[in-house]
This record gives sequence, structure tokens and C-alpha cells, in this order.
Amino acid sequence: MTESHIATKEETTMGFIPLKSRPASRTPGSFRSLLLTAGLLGAFGCASTSATSDTGAGQATPTAAAQPSMPEAETATTPHSDPRVGLGAGLMDAEEAVWNLRMVSQTPPPEAFVGVSNSDLAFTGNYAIQGNYNGIQVWDISDPSNPSLVIGYVCPASQSDVSIYENLLFVSGEGLSGRLDCGSEGVREAVSHHRLRGIRIFDVTDIRNPEYIANVQTCRGSHTHTVLKDPNDDENVYIYVSGSASVRPEEELPGCSDLSPAEDPNSALFRIEVIKVPLAHPEQAAIVSSPRIFNDLAAPPQHGPAPDDLAEIEEARARGQYVVEIQGTPRVMPDRMAAAMLDSIVQARDGSGAATADDSAALRDYLPILIAEMMAARGADDEPTGPTQCHDITVYPAIGLAGGACGGYGLLLDIRDPVNPKRIGAVSDSNFSYWHSATFNNDGSKLLFTDEWGGGGQPKCRATDPVEWGANAIFTVENREMQFKSYYKLPAPQTSAENCVAHNGSLIPIPGRDVMVQGWYQGGISVFDWTDAANPVEIAFHDRGPVDPTRMRMGGSWSVYWYNGVIVNSEIARGLDIFELVPSEFLSENEIAAANTVRLSYLNAQGQPQFVWPASFALAGAYLDQLERSNGLASANIASARQALADAEGKSGSARSDALNKLAAELAHGASGSRDAKRVQMLAEAVQELASA
Amino acid sequence: MTNTKHWGSPGALLAALVAIAPAACAHGTATQNAQTGAQTENEPQAAGQSDEQIEALYLARTDSAQMRFTEADVRFMTGMIGHHAQALVMAGLAPTHDASPSLDILCARIINAQKDEIAGMQLWLSDRGQPVPEVDIHGTTMMVHGPDYAMHMPGMLTQEQLDELDAARGEDFDRLFLTFMIQHHQGAVTMVEELLATDGAGQDEAAFKLASDIQADQRAEIDRMEIMLEAISGGTDGAEAPGSGL
Repeated sequence: MTESHIATKEETTMGFIPLKSRPASRTPGSFRSLLLTAGLLGAFGCASTSATSDTGAGQATPTAAAQPSMPEAETATTPHSDPRVGLGAGLMDAEEAVWNLRMVSQTPPPEAFVGVSNSDLAFTGNYAIQGNYNGIQVWDISDPSNPSLVIGYVCPASQSDVSIYENLLFVSGEGLSGRLDCGSEGVREAVSHHRLRGIRIFDVTDIRNPEYIANVQTCRGSHTHTVLKDPNDDENVYIYVSGSASVRPEEELPGCSDLSPAEDPNSALFRIEVIKVPLAHPEQAAIVSSPRIFNDLAAPPQHGPAPDDLAEIEEARARGQYVVEIQGTPRVMPDRMAAAMLDSIVQARDGSGAATADDSAALRDYLPILIAEMMAARGADDEPTGPTQCHDITVYPAIGLAGGACGGYGLLLDIRDPVNPKRIGAVSDSNFSYWHSATFNNDGSKLLFTDEWGGGGQPKCRATDPVEWGANAIFTVENREMQFKSYYKLPAPQTSAENCVAHNGSLIPIPGRDVMVQGWYQGGISVFDWTDAANPVEIAFHDRGPVDPTRMRMGGSWSVYWYNGVIVNSEIARGLDIFELVPSEFLSENEIAAANTVRLSYLNAQGQPQFVWPASFALAGAYLDQLERSNGLASANIASARQALADAEGKSGSARSDALNKLAAELAHGASGSRDAKRVQMLAEAVQELASA
Repeated sequence: MTNTKHWGSPGALLAALVAIAPAACAHGTATQNAQTGAQTENEPQAAGQSDEQIEALYLARTDSAQMRFTEADVRFMTGMIGHHAQALVMAGLAPTHDASPSLDILCARIINAQKDEIAGMQLWLSDRGQPVPEVDIHGTTMMVHGPDYAMHMPGMLTQEQLDELDAARGEDFDRLFLTFMIQHHQGAVTMVEELLATDGAGQDEAAFKLASDIQADQRAEIDRMEIMLEAISGGTDGAEAPGSGL
């Protein structure tokens, strides 16, 4: 690919095989169309370097990383012989393997929900709300060892994705069998006014008695949804609706169209829906906008090339290659395309043989005009490309950003105007099949996307399935640009009777680290540290054997989220599991205790809260433990700091404050000499805060 | 135990029989549902049932959920198995036809995905007592034993197109493959849309999920293949790098 060669006639015409989905205007026969065809998707700029420099963002990922590799059954961090391999099957009596976690309880579903898929979770106060294709289950988890059912509310719909805000509970309905009246008989007619596809709204002021108060019907239903509480708006919440299923007929819901936007500007494709819910009048909830966040997704990068790319472009220019500028970004034209264009110029003057210097100069003069014409012509007759919907969107209101997992793309969105989210970045990945969900780290400097390859019903964690497929992709976010760093996939191979792929999870508020718990369907749950974005490491897990040893049956962890000191798992077939972290070489007692000082009044994992750690001795101890693990402080200094903390804890009043202030000053003073200065500084600040607590 | 209305039987067998009725027999208004579904706090959740009883209920409920299918669902599954089989034939050519590395990856993924989906659709049919097509592939010859509606399905390649693909090598193969597979995938998306526009179809949640997943995955893959196809014209090999910016 790096060698240049002169195009033959065959090669130049090969570019013109018409695509059915493309308008005919994209396939004329002039040399101008050659550039059109090739250039519009921004692919050719780096053609003479390598596929990987076509990243636009300029990351220097080796090509080899794009090649899938076979997974290893074990990693250095998991137990030597992975106990998750070969677990005995069973619905309620499967063998289990657990590492660095303690199962506090496992509770089967109430009878009305047995045998019907459990789905997502939301939390408020002491309650966990668990979606199920048959409705919702509200659990009181104030005693995690004995969760008690508050109510099972039968109201079937797939997938019953749930979110809560104050007294309002929102539930997604996507499938064709959901009914407005919550009946279980389904809806047989292809067009019916009994069908619910969209968002159900319940008033749960009395959580024992949810009151079904409103619906918002949408054209594609709601596969998932995201509740956005804008920090600057206390009167409304917003719901971003993601629906990947087919568009409803217009006879069922007026205004729904599955024509392309070129044919119908009101097409339900290539957009998301934003519902505004007035908190004082939730019954007035309605769609307020349908942002087309995918527009021009296949356009060339909006950001400048990295220095390495620029250097390559300058080298190419020096070699005499043609460089064109598309939307402000310089791109090297592939040699064979240049040759074809020169050939056309030679022919246009009725010449023959090699192009002359005049031909070459003519081409150079003409290229900018050509690009300008090409850009002007764009859009008018161009089919939109890219996804028609998102699978899920995770909003992080505290930093004004959202991660959109949308078909073949991962998007970064600016959500400071909740009604009009704007796309500010997009990534794609040849190893990713279907971008499914997103999780930021707490300071917003990293973003993790999942690939739900196969849709969750397929066994994608077998030893033969590449580790890059059906995995997480971890990106850093700097200056609002995403840079790929690594993949993380469940490291233990599963059987072909176990549906398994990356699925829902949440951060665990371990201070100073990025730790996440994630469900992998029948692959179980995996806790991993992605503080080093390039080297994620598993630190705990739980897994069961297959539901059925003889065949595939849907099961496993749909969602697993940390909430106020416990890890709650929605098991599709088996009910509700609750876990606690157990100290290990990877996670200290102080770190777990510090995490447990973070208290949330509610949690929707797709509406990410910013964790704040109150001052505590555990917090200071957690940072000390981390410094010991990283050799960030000399062991003598760590020992004396531990002693000083213990002494201070034994004191009270001003004696305690004085001791802590003294320690904080010493630590701050010594921070600059540490190889982990930032963490020492965090420790000093934590001790300082403790002094004034 | 307060919720004895439907589930008070001590015997798993009776529980299993009752389970064949729609869950909790709860129709009508939401308020009624709330009441029928309500259970008192601090009750054991499965009303004190043993693991065996829960399992019997689970099996009965999952069995009864398999009674909601229609002829349209069956035709879709049967046809899609043949449709997928042709994708396996096409993708299986990549290693011997000098495909580019990025196309090799795409084909490996298509084979992996569609083999699993065929197994899922076969399981769906056999769970419902329907004839199950078996797929047999030799080179570009595909035998589908049993009911086979595939050749009438949208997007299927003709034998001439298959032969043309089989005769191509290298970049020609890449280009033809992408062109034909986009056509093939668009056919699958059309099949899903037609299914879901049919009265009574997709009431079976497993059928709805299989069909929706196929549609979502193949739409995303069409996008990817269009980028790859356009990139060939531009002279790159079309591979998106891991996490490539667009």
C-alpha cells in the first residue's frame, strides 16, 4: 500500500461501480467524479502512508492492533487457573466462581417475572428498580443481605429500560407487543392504537403504588433512554430516546416516516428524540426536538492533523505529490488518482503518452477549484451516511458532555444546551461491530465505549472469539478529542451455551483511580481498573455456569452498578444479586471504605453523577495505600504518615486539627520530590480537609 | 405469604401449569396491575419456592412464551437461514481470493456473526416444533436442506453474481464483495422491515430481538462497507484503525 503505482485503465474505471444506495450523480465518468467518489469520505488523504494514519486524530496506533488476535484464557492478573472455566450449569444452582467480591445476597424474581428477561436498573434512596420485559420490580435494599420486594408491577414491554428522577419513573418500550393499557396479550395488528412504543411515565411519590400518568410515543420506540438533569434547569428534565427498531407506520403514529431525509425532511431516521418533562406537570411531557446529530458524519476530520501527519504531508509535497486541502485539512492525493487525473488532462488536450509539466501545473491549479465545487455540490443530492440512531447515550451533566454509542460510531456530544446536543467528535473502529454504551471516568478525561457485537443474545466470549471483538474500547478525551488507547474484554473464555459480550456497567468511586464494574451477560461480572487507559486490568469477578448446559438460553448480567457501597446486578434469568468488594492486593480496605463514603440520593447509570469524596481517614489512607502500591513515596515516609494519621484519629478537637495540618504541610512540602507528585498532593489536600472537617 | 391468588400451589407442577397463562393474568388498567403485582414487604420473593419450583416455573414460562409466533415469523427465520448461508459462502471466499487484510477481518466477522445467528434461528424454529433448515456449503454451492425460501428473498445474489465474485481476485474481489454484500445486507434489512410490518409478527420477543439485532448489526455493517468501498476508489485499503477519528 505504501508503494505508488500508475493507474491502469482498469483501475481507474473500477471506482465507478454504482452503489444502490448512492444517487446517480455520484457516479459520472469524468475525472472530477473520481475525486468526488474518493474524497468525500475523507479516506484518501493518508492513502500513501498507512491505514492507521487515517485516524485524523493522529494517534500512532500500530497497524497490528487492528488485526484481531486470539484471546488468552488467562491474564497476569487473574488467578492462575481461571476458575470461571468449566463451571457447572443450572438456573438457580449453577456453580459459581468469585474473586475479590463477596456475594451478599441473591434473590429470585417474584413469580410474575420468573422466566421473563430482567433488564436495566435504577436507584433511588434505599430502593433498586429493576426492569423486566414483563414490567418493573421495586426492591428495598436497605438490608442488602435480604432485599425485599416492594412491588412487582406488571406492564409488559421490551426492554423496560428504567430511570428515575425525584418522583418520576421512566420506562422504555420498544417491541411490537407493548400495550398502552399494560395488558399482556400483545398487539397483533401491524397498525394499532393500543400499541405503546416510547416512554411510559409513572409517578412514584408513593413507591409502593406507582401511578401510570403519561406516555410519550416515538416513531422508533425506545430501546433505551437517558434522563438528563441540566444543572441550569431545575424545572425540567430531558430524556434522550434511543430506538434502533423499525419506524412505525404513519397510520399508527402520525408524522412517522422511514423515508430518507432527502425524500422527507421529517424522516424518523438519522436523528434522536429529545423529550422535555416539566417536573411540575409531567403529564405534559413531549418531544421538543429531534436533533440530527449524525449529519455529515462521514465528513473529513474537523480537527487539524497531528504533527507527524503534517510532517508526512510536507514530505509528500516535497516529493512532488499533490496535496489538497479539504475543509482546512491538508491531504495527500494518492498517486494513482493523480495519475488518472493527469491522464484525463492529457486526453482532454487530445494528447497521448506521459503528462507534461504543463499538465501537472494545470492539475495543481485546478485542484482547489475542484474541491470548492465538490464541497458546494455536497449535501444537496447526497444520501446521508452513518447511523440512523443511537443505541444508548450516557450524559455527564457536570462536565457538559455525553458519550453517544450509535450504530457504527462512538460520538462525543456537547449537551450544555440539552435540547440541542451537538456532536463534537466521532470515532469508528474496524473491530467494533455495534457501539452500545458509554461510560466516562470521574474527571471526564477518559471515555469507555462497549461493543455489543451480536446484540447480546450470542456467545461472543468463546476461546475462538478475538479479544478485540465484542469488547470495550477505551479512549482518552483531551481538548474534547478522543484518542484510542486499548481494548478490554472479559478475560475468561465462556462456552457456546452462554450469551456473552460487553454490556452495562458503572464506575466504582475508588478515589484516585478509575475502577468500573461491568456486566458481560453469562460471562458474569468483571471489575477492572482503567486508570492506565492503555493497560486495563481485571481486579475482581463473579461468574456462574450456563443456565442450561445443553443449549443457549438468555441469561447473565444485564446491568451491574455500584450504588452506595454495594454492587447490584440485574441477572436476566436469576433475579437480583448484591455484592460487596473484598480487599485484595489490588484494592485496599481504605480504598473500599473511602468509596463507601460517597452517597448518592439516586442513580441512573446513563446520567453519570460526579463523585465527590467527603474528608475521611479512609480517604487519606486510600491515597497512602496507592502511594505504597506505586512506590510514590519512600516506605519510611509512608509509615510515618500512617502513624501520624493514626495518632490524629486518636485525638479530638484542635489537637486533631493541629496534627492533621502539620501532616498536610509536610506532605505538600514533599510532594514535588515524589514520582507520583499529583497523588501526594491529593493526599495532602485530603488531610488538610480532614483537619477542618 | 399474602400473594396466594395465583401462586399459592405448593407443587411445581401446578405452578408450571398456571404459568402458561400470561404473567400474573394481569390485564386491564395499570392500577389493577399494580394491585395484582403488589406483594407485601419482607415476604420471601418467590413465595418460599424451592430452586426446583422456580426452575419448573421458568421452563413453563419460557415454553409458553414460545406460543406467540406466527407463520410470518417462521417464514422469516426459515428464509433468513438460507439468506445468511449465502453470506457464509461469499465471506468464505476471502482467504482464497487475495482479499485485503481489512476485508479478511470483515469476512471473519461476518462468518462468526452469521453462523451464530443461523444457530439461533435454528434453535428458535426447533423450540417451536417447526422444520429446521440445515445448511451445507461446498465452495460456492450452498445446499439448504429442508424448507428453503431463501432464493426468493431480497438481496440474494444470483448464481451469475456468485460466479463473478468467485472469478475475481485481489482488489477486484474486494470491490465486488463489498458491492454484493451491501446488496445482500440491504436485502436482510428489507426482510426485517417486511416482517415487522406484518400483522401478528414480532409478538414473540425472541423473534423481535433476533430480527431487530440482525437489522441493527447489518445497518452498521453496511455503513462500514460503504466506507471501505469508497476507500478502495481512493486507493487506501479501507481499514479503519482502532478508534480512528472521522
